[in-house]
Amino acid sequence: MGDVTHQISERIPIHLVVNGVSHTLDLVPWTTLLDALRDHLALSGTKKGCDHGQCGACTVLVDGRRVNSCLTLAVMKDGAEITTIEGLATDGALHPLQQAFIDHDAFQCGYCTPGQICSAAGLLVEGRARDADEIRELMSGNLCRCGAYPNIVAAIQQAMGQP
Amino acid sequence: MNNFQYARATDVADAIRLLADPGAKLIAGGTNLIDLMKENVERPTRLIDISRLPLRKVEETADGSLRIGALVPNSDLAYHPLIEQRYPLLASAILAGASAQLRNMASVGGNLMQRTRCAYFYDTATPCNKRHPGSGCSAMDGLNRNHAILGTSASCIATNPSDMSVALAALGALVHIAGPSGERAVAVTDFHRLPGDKPHVDTSLGTGEIITAIELPPRGFAQNYSYLKIRDRMSYAFALVSVAAALELEGNAISGARLALGGVAHKPWRSLEAEAALRGQAATPDHFSHAADLLLQGATTRSHNGFKVELARRAIVRTLTQATNATPQSQAHKKIA
Repeated sequence: MGDVTHQISERIPIHLVVNGVSHTLDLVPWTTLLDALRDHLALSGTKKGCDHGQCGACTVLVDGRRVNSCLTLAVMKDGAEITTIEGLATDGALHPLQQAFIDHDAFQCGYCTPGQICSAAGLLVEGRARDADEIRELMSGNLCRCGAYPNIVAAIQQAMGQP
Repeated sequence: MNNFQYARATDVADAIRLLADPGAKLIAGGTNLIDLMKENVERPTRLIDISRLPLRKVEETADGSLRIGALVPNSDLAYHPLIEQRYPLLASAILAGASAQLRNMASVGGNLMQRTRCAYFYDTATPCNKRHPGSGCSAMDGLNRNHAILGTSASCIATNPSDMSVALAALGALVHIAGPSGERAVAVTDFHRLPGDKPHVDTSLGTGEIITAIELPPRGFAQNYSYLKIRDRMSYAFALVSVAAALELEGNAISGARLALGGVAHKPWRSLEAEAALRGQAATPDHFSHAADLLLQGATTRSHNGFKVELARRAIVRTLTQATNATPQSQAHKKIA
């Protein structure tokens, strides 16, 4: 929308850079970022859990910050850079968090895992968690109904370079 | 979620002008509004996106106050060096609320505007005076374990869910507002209102008005403070009772005291009488207990929330003790000292 004063229309053209790839989408304004990723860009790695910001399964990075994509309107992120679970690996090499989740068997059913890993990626960038308690607190927005929490914390500690 | 039109405000004046549309609502972080729209509790016909307005500064003013732009994200505020150093009570309260993701999204102004999490307010199949004025209150004789014990009315026993606002009330913050008839400022304790017979009105914000900033007065109580939040699980849950306590001590004598409660009323609950009773006294559990009694004066309970009175009384004593000892409650390490 650039410097358009304010635009009111049914479908709105939106530009997003998702995992380094530029996309232009025509979306109705009530499309969440989660639905835009899954239904319009076929990036189904980001999961819809509660769809109310309570479970964290939909966590992605917007301009490097972790957010709940289910409570984000895509139109409000026009111009943003989005990173999803599909964008974390580089040149076929797993992100250290992806490898750590495998090493520690940090999942059971795996449904929460993309959100857990994207959230943990945000946590590492924030640099506020220094020990297991702080990891637990700052990952509390990501629920795991299988209860893989001890292994998730261990995986994040490995990615942080902690024993 | 209902269909709506989308408009992006170019500046504050544009946002105020767009708010002349009675079906319009402002959106910034959207963490509460989008959720309420998904539940059909809120059904705006137009959203006015204010997220790109230049209200993201944290600035020191000439008189030593701190002015915080309404669009500063909750996480940025909690981790801002000036907040960590001068107003750690506020940093702690913000970090006690929501999750890291939601704090990254939610704005300071939006935090002030968030609505109650009363389950009946969310459930459109049940009567609720806040959602549908005059329809009745389902919580009154329903599941009211989480509900208010202070400042309630016959119409509503909902609580304000914010942690940030409790610290702001204790710190004596001001809310700066712009609207069709100019700018004004109101104490945060007068910004949220009691339900009375108009529980659908949460705040004193007038038609067409927008929050532009929050102002913290110079006294930050950075030495002796604590924010203690009691809830059903240890993180990512709303308060049953929370306490913001801040003290100024001369030796063991209290020269200044601030005390506010969350989770117990339609607004952050602060009592100048309770604070006055602490001034000049020794910082001892007996005096804390007396202040708690004054703060909880007039508490009324329903069938499931009677426990909150004693819980609040004990939490107040505990939090004031933590503040006295300069051992504020950690929001990550959960043991309560």
